[in-house]
Amino acid sequence: MTETTSGDLRLTGVTKTYDTFTAVDQLDLVIPRGAFFALLGPSGCGKTTTLRMVAGLDQPTIGQIWIGDKDITETKAYQRNVNTVFQSYALFPHLSIIDNVAFGLRRRKVSDHKAKAMEALELVQLAHIARKKPGQLSGGMQQRVALARAIVNRPDVLLLDEPLGALDLKLRRQMQIELKMIQSEVGLTFVHVTHDQEEAMTMADTIAVMNAGRLEQVGDPATLYEHPKSTFVANFLGQSNLLEATVKSHAGSIAELDVHGVNLRLPVDRLVNGASSVWLGVRPEKLRLVAAGSGHDGAGAENRLTGVVTDASFTGLATNYLVRLPWGQELMVVQQNDGTSRVAAGTQVTLGWAPEHGFALDARQDAHAGAQDQADDSGAA
Amino acid sequence: MSESGVGAAVTAVQRPRRVRPNYAPYLLLLPGLAWLVVFFVVPTLSLASQSLQTGNVETGYSLTWHFRTYVDAVSQFWPHFLRSIIFAGTATLLTLLLAYPLAYFIAQKVGRWKNFLLVLVIAPFFTSFLIRTLAWQTILTDNGPVVAFARSTHLTNLLQSLQLTNNDSLMNSRFAVICGLTYNFLPFMILPLYANLERLDHSLIEAAGDLYATPIKTFWKVTWPLSLPGVVGGTLLTFIPAAGDFINSRLLGNTQTVMIGQVIDSEFLRVQDYSTAAAVSFVLMFIIVVIVAVYVRRAGTEELV
Repeated sequence: MTETTSGDLRLTGVTKTYDTFTAVDQLDLVIPRGAFFALLGPSGCGKTTTLRMVAGLDQPTIGQIWIGDKDITETKAYQRNVNTVFQSYALFPHLSIIDNVAFGLRRRKVSDHKAKAMEALELVQLAHIARKKPGQLSGGMQQRVALARAIVNRPDVLLLDEPLGALDLKLRRQMQIELKMIQSEVGLTFVHVTHDQEEAMTMADTIAVMNAGRLEQVGDPATLYEHPKSTFVANFLGQSNLLEATVKSHAGSIAELDVHGVNLRLPVDRLVNGASSVWLGVRPEKLRLVAAGSGHDGAGAENRLTGVVTDASFTGLATNYLVRLPWGQELMVVQQNDGTSRVAAGTQVTLGWAPEHGFALDARQDAHAGAQDQADDSGAA
Repeated sequence: MSESGVGAAVTAVQRPRRVRPNYAPYLLLLPGLAWLVVFFVVPTLSLASQSLQTGNVETGYSLTWHFRTYVDAVSQFWPHFLRSIIFAGTATLLTLLLAYPLAYFIAQKVGRWKNFLLVLVIAPFFTSFLIRTLAWQTILTDNGPVVAFARSTHLTNLLQSLQLTNNDSLMNSRFAVICGLTYNFLPFMILPLYANLERLDHSLIEAAGDLYATPIKTFWKVTWPLSLPGVVGGTLLTFIPAAGDFINSRLLGNTQTVMIGQVIDSEFLRVQDYSTAAAVSFVLMFIIVVIVAVYVRRAGTEELV
């Protein structure tokens, strides 16, 4: 009787304005049934507002929300087959854990609510604390109870509002894996709101990056990371080096670009249609750093730049370098700690990368968009 | 919980050292204890002794362990005890019905008007209790608008059939006494409820709605149980003084509405039968303690976090 009956979650032209502030602007989004979908963006980008509108806690100013072929825009929260895992967990402090989990089932008069609630608690491995009160539990346990309380109703869509935000790093990692496993086990549509790009990439199969109430890009984590469509995505998801480039020729499959007099190459299909000036982007870990005169100057790499190391910081997993190019720009380089010899600051180096590791972005965009909103992830790439 | 364990481990590792006993907390308790002894324990014992003495004001009293006074007091004044409990209970229920929506509204809905509205709740305290009670004589007077309205809407007839009125007048009736009690003790209900409802986490209300609870279900399953500490606090602060009140029944009632507070008052000051007055006081104290104990236990507030 709790079988899911409808399909995809669709948002069509959804806008939410508060007085003069537009939180969500003309949002069109399709979230396929059974997907683990992440809404990623900096705080204030409208992701939580979007989630609250899907939950029915806020009303869109314009636009519709659909589940399958049913328009739920006007449906009250308590009539929607949608459940939320709140950021603060919002467990009822006066009810035992089992009563918290059974709350939704009871309201819907499901007959064997106790057994079903127990099953859900077993899923999150908390059956042994069913009689306790939320106040007696640790943050991680409360988080799992909140998850069980939502999952047990087998909603069409499960919404997670920064569910791991209050946990410490270690527990967060563990819960990320656990959440992903639970999602594939129960097969529900998960919509996960987060500002943590690493969390989104670890868990979701599709990510929608939001900025200032609009969608920047939607895609799977690898596509978003390797082929960002905007400077915001390039900077918000990991780090990017963006070089000011002019397209010289795009004959054949490889285009030739001019960057401050240096000839660099890029597959033609990465170019922004018709634009002659672009940002040529390359991820820090794609750059191979070799000390000048060491014999094998960027061997195999077709694109080469020379510069001077201005800073080298060892993080264990990798070494992060800043390399100053002849025209003053500094590039970030991440060198895996795979046994290659490290170089000190002041060393003259050559940077090399394969053309297919580059990407091009419209030069009219701000090169620093999204960079300042980024979570601390130095060396995480 | 876990912190205490960690703390113990840390002190165990440290070199043991002699800790000078700290007397400051006990010294700070002293004034309060002294106050309680002088103004509560001693008077209570003296009252207890008085209730078991025989004699009169002229010849003086002597302790004769005359327990008979209690039996006489209860058999003579049991209607007044009962009436006081019923009046105070009714007034408490009415204050709860009036105060709960008001406190909820102030705590959750009005935003920056909160403090202003709270001042309005407390404002009547700036006027004397006596004046405020006397004002009800004017409000309920026979040729006043309230009575006119009640008569035209046949509310008077309804109240009369419930034996709350004084014939077709509202003044000097059970109705008037209960109104006075309700009015005078209303702030004592609003303030604890407000303090409780102000801390109510709004995300719990949203969570209940998200879990298919209608607004009414949300109230009974989440808001109400979480506000029980405030409800218990408010009802105790209202019921206990209301049960012993004698101003409202004297100024707004008649000979049929005499409450136990009035009995104590007249036994002490008019009849000057100190022993009976003391015995009645003790019985009232006992009844209230029993009612409160049963009530607090039933409300189960100790389970609330």
